[in-house]
Amino acid sequence: MKELWKLFYTFATVGVTTFGGGYAMLPALQREVVEKRGWATEEEVMDWYAIGQCTPGVIAVNTATFVGQKQKGVLGGIAATLGVVFPSLVIITIIAAFIRNFADLPAVQNAFAGIRACVCVLILNAVVKLWKKSVVDWKAFLIFAVVFLGSVFLDLSPVLYVLAAALAGVVIKSLEVRAK
Amino acid sequence: MIYLRLFWEFFKTGLFSVGGGLATLPFIYDMSDKTGWFTYQQIADMVAVAESTPGPIGINMATYVGYTTGGVFGSLVATLGIVTPAIVIILIIATCLRKFRDSRLVNDAFYGLRPASTALIAAAGLSVVRISLIDTAAYKASGALGDLFCWKAIVLAAVIWVLTNVVNPTKKLHPIVFIAASAVAGIVFSFAGV
Repeated sequence: MKELWKLFYTFATVGVTTFGGGYAMLPALQREVVEKRGWATEEEVMDWYAIGQCTPGVIAVNTATFVGQKQKGVLGGIAATLGVVFPSLVIITIIAAFIRNFADLPAVQNAFAGIRACVCVLILNAVVKLWKKSVVDWKAFLIFAVVFLGSVFLDLSPVLYVLAAALAGVVIKSLEVRAK
Repeated sequence: MIYLRLFWEFFKTGLFSVGGGLATLPFIYDMSDKTGWFTYQQIADMVAVAESTPGPIGINMATYVGYTTGGVFGSLVATLGIVTPAIVIILIIATCLRKFRDSRLVNDAFYGLRPASTALIAAAGLSVVRISLIDTAAYKASGALGDLFCWKAIVLAAVIWVLTNVVNPTKKLHPIVFIAASAVAGIVFSFAGV
């Protein structure tokens, strides 16, 4: 029980000191999990991180589950995940309640109209970064183009695109192998 | 039973969004289309809040959407929903770690998944542009092409793009700095026109 609490507490610390998720979480993980607790080596954290990036779900949660599972099995995985999620639940709920009550004020409306312009650029920057790592050749570009046009002009669930793209990846790669 | 629906929608999001960060965004737009729980404008506001508060963005989005839709219990249910598939999948992978990393099938699938994930996020970004830089309602009312564009917002977006991509000392600043500055600019120049 004490171990589980420690996992929860440590990952709550990681959650509360991370802004933005993804790579932003790495320094906090290294400090809390590798240096302070000695639960994993630097290399192990990098490994989990790589797997977390290419499995479904939020990367921070994937990494937390890995570390927790290694320490204390299935229950450890759950305790660590609940820990990393806990600060978000508290902070966001308070902010969401606050915004709901003040949404009608002109100052708040103007502020969010300004923020939305900023969000456009933040998303664009994220897409450019992802583009460099994902659109590696013309076949990958084709997948990008089809999914982009499809989701702009058609009204289909993103689930379909994800499944079709995974299948396309397998088919393209096996054709490439056969062509060699 | 809105809570069951919330759990199910976020369970799907957790299961099919790959790559973290804004990968949840296309699913949340899809949710808005199907359920009408919140507007596109609210989604853009949620992105800003999720990016400027501690915690993983995907979790912040789930909590925010859950709260907007079903109060405190809703935020709890949505967060549990997005987390559940990850816990199950990772626990399975952790037991056969080696095999998973070296699997050619997994690597091949990700060759296709990565550009698709980029495209889905790009399309979601376009939806944010439509509600923040363009004003189709004003254009339809007046017919003047100049009314189609929200000039103040476009100028601000251009300035932020330069600051985040070109100018060196500001490039590395945390997004929260730009979000806060944009809020101030929005108030000073009354972006919403109120």
